[in-house]
Formats: sequence, structure tokens, C-alpha cells
Amino acid sequence: MGKKIKSAANRAPRLSKAAKIDYATYLGVILAFAVVTVLGSQGMLTRSFQGQLVPICCYIVMAISLNLTVGVLGELSLGHAGFMSVGAFSGIVAAMSFQASIPSEPVRLVIALCVGAACAAVTGLIVGVPVLRLRGDYLAIVTLAFGEIIKELINCLIVGHDENGLHVIFNFDGSKTISDLGLTENGIEIIKGAQGATGTDTIASFTAGFILIMITLVIVLNLVRSRSGRAIMALRDNRIAAESVGINVTKYKLMAFVTSAALAGAAGALYGLNFSNLGASKFNFNTSILILVFVVLGGLGKIWGSIIAATVLTILPEALRGFEDYRMLVYAIVLILVMLATNSPQAKAVFSRSVGGVKGIFACKGNKAKGGAANG
Amino acid sequence: MEFLSYLISGVSLGSVYAIIALGYTMVYGIAKMLNFAHGDVIMVGGYISLLAMTSLGLPWPVAVILAMVVCTVLGVVIEGLAYRPLRAAPSLAVLITAIGVSYFLQNAAQLLWGASPRAYTPIVSGALSVGRLSISYVSLMTIAVCIIVMIALTVFTGKSKMGKAMRACSEDKGAAQLMGINVNRTISLTFAIGSALAAVAGVLLCSFNTSLMPTTGSMPGIKAFTAAVFGGIGSIPGAFLGGILLGVIEAMAKAYISTQLANSIVFAVLIIMLLVRPAGLLGKFVPEKV
Repeated sequence: MGKKIKSAANRAPRLSKAAKIDYATYLGVILAFAVVTVLGSQGMLTRSFQGQLVPICCYIVMAISLNLTVGVLGELSLGHAGFMSVGAFSGIVAAMSFQASIPSEPVRLVIALCVGAACAAVTGLIVGVPVLRLRGDYLAIVTLAFGEIIKELINCLIVGHDENGLHVIFNFDGSKTISDLGLTENGIEIIKGAQGATGTDTIASFTAGFILIMITLVIVLNLVRSRSGRAIMALRDNRIAAESVGINVTKYKLMAFVTSAALAGAAGALYGLNFSNLGASKFNFNTSILILVFVVLGGLGKIWGSIIAATVLTILPEALRGFEDYRMLVYAIVLILVMLATNSPQAKAVFSRSVGGVKGIFACKGNKAKGGAANG
Repeated sequence: MEFLSYLISGVSLGSVYAIIALGYTMVYGIAKMLNFAHGDVIMVGGYISLLAMTSLGLPWPVAVILAMVVCTVLGVVIEGLAYRPLRAAPSLAVLITAIGVSYFLQNAAQLLWGASPRAYTPIVSGALSVGRLSISYVSLMTIAVCIIVMIALTVFTGKSKMGKAMRACSEDKGAAQLMGINVNRTISLTFAIGSALAAVAGVLLCSFNTSLMPTTGSMPGIKAFTAAVFGGIGSIPGAFLGGILLGVIEAMAKAYISTQLANSIVFAVLIIMLLVRPAGLLGKFVPEKV
């Protein structure tokens, strides 16, 4: 407990440095966008890399939003993909439903992202109220449980749209099919149960991804540097001390959690509208873990770290394509070695002497921001 | 009659969860870490026993013992190489390392034994008929093994010197070390026991599913962890009770409510349980000191 108080105490004089880091983050993202756009227009990017641009944007937003829960609030969430899933499918439903009435693609995309964010925020509120009463590993397992529940519920969902409005049925016993919706001739089938959403109009674009990242950065960085953000970090550093100075635990925990869920929903909507076929099983436990890995390797509480980690680790498995069968094995070994190198005392001593500069990028310093599971 | 057969299949499935959960809960109790690789050790146990029986043609008791030995060594090696250097690290770092180990085992298994599912012949076949009710010998054996393991572990941790050392370490590592307990060796022993149990669970699980693939272990691993939390993590009778209850709830949900939502119902029960009793069924609620 002693360590955490120390990190809270020396925060005040670093405020200007924090602002510098924030502006550098904005600038870095804008520069990266400009460079990629220019390279793309010159035709210097491979097709597979261009196909990855929108998913990278989505994963960056996912990583930033999860960092808000894990790094800034200090609660371990293992079900973040669930919010992404809610956002993706509600966004797809919104975009497809307005296909006839709103011809403009960007407008529909904006509507879809807003609907995705709103649905995920409501889900976040429903999940957050009971979950945030728990602590440590119990909270982790319940977020995992909610992620799985969301996945299975969406697997049962059959949705269609025609001129009479939306038709939704839950396929609980596995007997219902798309024909039970009773759509008229002009109706469109949007989500087909376990098959997921098929035939989606892919209206997501890299520019939209970039704008979403910028909006996410503005929301998260301003929240973290505000009075509310300091209250949230105080809860992370020492809940009892924070409570004793009058910080409303439930309010600030929910604020961080719901914001995080809403951003994940928007990222999910963008992700969903980037693929013509998408099943609910895409957003399983492994996806939640993948995003958690981005956050931890990028550094807890470090927003710019999440951005870099999400980008590098999304490109890395593709770059390892040459290894084919071995690439996931290599990924696992790299993951273990990086964790050992940055956290074990012996390796740290050797490492800091040889490659001191590299270490900073992957720094995951526990005393800076405690892991949610640390204090049961 | 129908209800009774569902109940029995639920109890035997629950027994498998309970055996896995016992390993989980012991490791958690002493190392205070979520060992996500535990489910994959189960899968390795399944493959070793399968290969021993089919390729080497060994009888099943020898195959089970071989699987236990291999998994024990694997568990101790994993602990020594990946977890021991991180003993003082923040728990999130250990968690990510455990996930890395889990990925590693799954992908190594995929390279070694292929990604497609393999057929697994149950170690004992046939069924016992009582009236119109038929209970497979695998079910009976699973329940018996689970009860034996539970009793043996309770006696071991309660009476033996090593067991007492384990409990001391899980209470307070620093104080245990001052009393002359070798903490590192005790933790290794816990991983060895947990992994040996995982091998047993692997054989029983594969006998139930009659198939095996590199991702076989992950979902039962998560459910067993749920069971351990359900019963109160760190408590041996709690893991047993949690595992059995989880199996029964799952079987009943599948039979009477919805096959598709069986897992959701299990998880929903867990959530409700944790809201009513935040420390699990048999867990102790420890108030925080300021």
C-alpha cells in the first residue's frame, strides 16, 4: 500500500510534462495518419496492410478504452470484447436499417457509431452497477462471465428490417430461423443467429478510424487530466483513503467504466462495418485478452503506449506470416519474454544496462499503476 | 427418471470441473495468481494419455500415470521458468505471462499433434443399469476419483508437514520463510500436485467428450476457475462443492432451458451468487485493514 501513496504524491509537479506527452500523442497520431494516407495515395502500401488499417484503428480505440478501466481505474476487465460486440452488432443493425432512408454513407457511419456507443454504454451501465461492487479477481471473473453471456445472447439473435420497422427474435431453443421474422419482400436480413451478420454494407473507412481515434483521445485525455480523472486515479491508488476524503466510489468507478464501454462500442461499430460477414464468436475471450495484452505491454495508464502496442502487435502476426505455422508460437514466446524482461529483477538489471532505451517502450511498471487483480 | 439421469450426468461432469478447480484453487491459494495455463495442461494430459494408449499400446492405468508424470514435470517447469522470476512482480504481469504460456501450449500442441480433433476412446466402456436408469462406468469412476482426490487433499493439507507448509505459505510467505519453510519448493510442490490433478482431469474429460483438440482445455479451464470462485477461491471443499454445483446447473440448463445458453446460465448464476456472497460459498470474507 505504501508504494501507491508515493506515486500519487509526486504527480502534481509533473502536470506540464503530462500536457506535453498529451500533445505529442495527438501530433503522433496526426503524423501517422498523414504519412499512411500519402503512402497509400502513392500506391506504396501492400493490399494486406491496407486491409488492416481499419482494424488497427479499432484496436487502438479498444486499447485506449480498456486502458481507462485497467490502467486508470485499476480494475481488471476480462470481458472488454463483449462491449465491442454489442457496439458492432447494434451499429450494423443501425447502418443497415437506414440504408434506404439515408443514402449518404458518412452520415450512416456516424449514426452507426453513435448507436453502437450508446448501446455499449447502456450495457456497460447494466454490467457495471453489480460488477464494480466486487474487487480484484472476483471482478475479473465476473467481467469474463458477462463477456461470455453477451457472446451467447448475440449468437441467438435474429434481426431483420423492412418497411414496417425492425424485427427481432431470440432463438433460445435453436428452432427458429430467419424465415420466422416474417419480413416483407423488400426486407433485409441483418443478423442471422449463429451465422452472425452477413451481407453487411462495408462503409467503414480509414479516415473515419482516424477521426474516431482523435475523438477517443480528446475524451480520455481530458477525462484523465480533469478533477474526475484525479478522483478515479485516487480510487486506484488507495480506495480507502479516497473514500475517506469524500470521493464517491460508485460514481467515479461507473464514470470510467461506462466511458470505456461506450468507446469500445464505437470501435466495435466501426469494426463491424468493415467486414461484410461477422460472427459473434469473433468477440470471444481471446479477443478480450488480446486487447488486455496491448494495454499491459503498452504500459498501464499510458495512452500513447496503448496506441503503439496495438499498432505493433496487430501488424506483427501479419509480418510473421513467413513463419506460417510458427507465428503464434513465436508470438507467445515474445509475450512471455517481454513480461519476464520487464518485470523480473534479475533480467531488469541485465536489460537496463544493455538496451535501456528499448525498455521504456514496453515498460509495465507495477508501482505506477497497480493491476486490478493485485489487491483482492 | 429423466431428471435422475440428468442429475447423474451433471454430477459426473461437475466432478471433472471439481478436479480441475481443486488444482486451480490450490495454486491460487498459494501463489495468488490466476494460472490461465491450467486448462492447457489438461489438454496436454489428454494428448499424452491418448498417445500412450494408441501409439505405444499401453494399458490405460499406465497411460494415466504417464500423463500425470509428464504434466507434473510440465507444471514444475512452467512455474520455474515463467512464474518464479515474477514472484515480486505486479499480478497483472503474472497474468499476462500465464496467458502467454497458455498460447504457447496450445500452439505447440497444434504443431505437434495437429489442429483437427482426434477421437478419444473412453478408458472404461459400458454402463451400469439400475432399473431403467443407465449410468456409464466413466461417470461412476469420475465421481469416485473426485471424492478420493478431495479427501486426500484435505488430509494432506490438514495433517502432513508439507501440507501445513503449504497453508503457512498461503497465509503469509514472509512469516513462513522465517519459520524455516522453503517457500519456492512449497510452491513448486503445489504446481506439481495441481498439474498431476489436471492430467487426471484431462483423461476423464476426454473420456466424456470422446474427442480431443488443442483448444479442448480452455473452456473447461475457465469453467473450473468459475467453479473455484463459486465455492470460494482458496478453499478445497469450496472448489469441490463449486465444481459439482456448476456441473449440475449446466446439465439442468441444457436439459430444461436451452442448449445454446447453457454457459450463459452457468455464468449468470455465478454473478448472482457473487453479488449475494462476494467471497464465494465457503470463502472467508476478509475485511480490509486501514
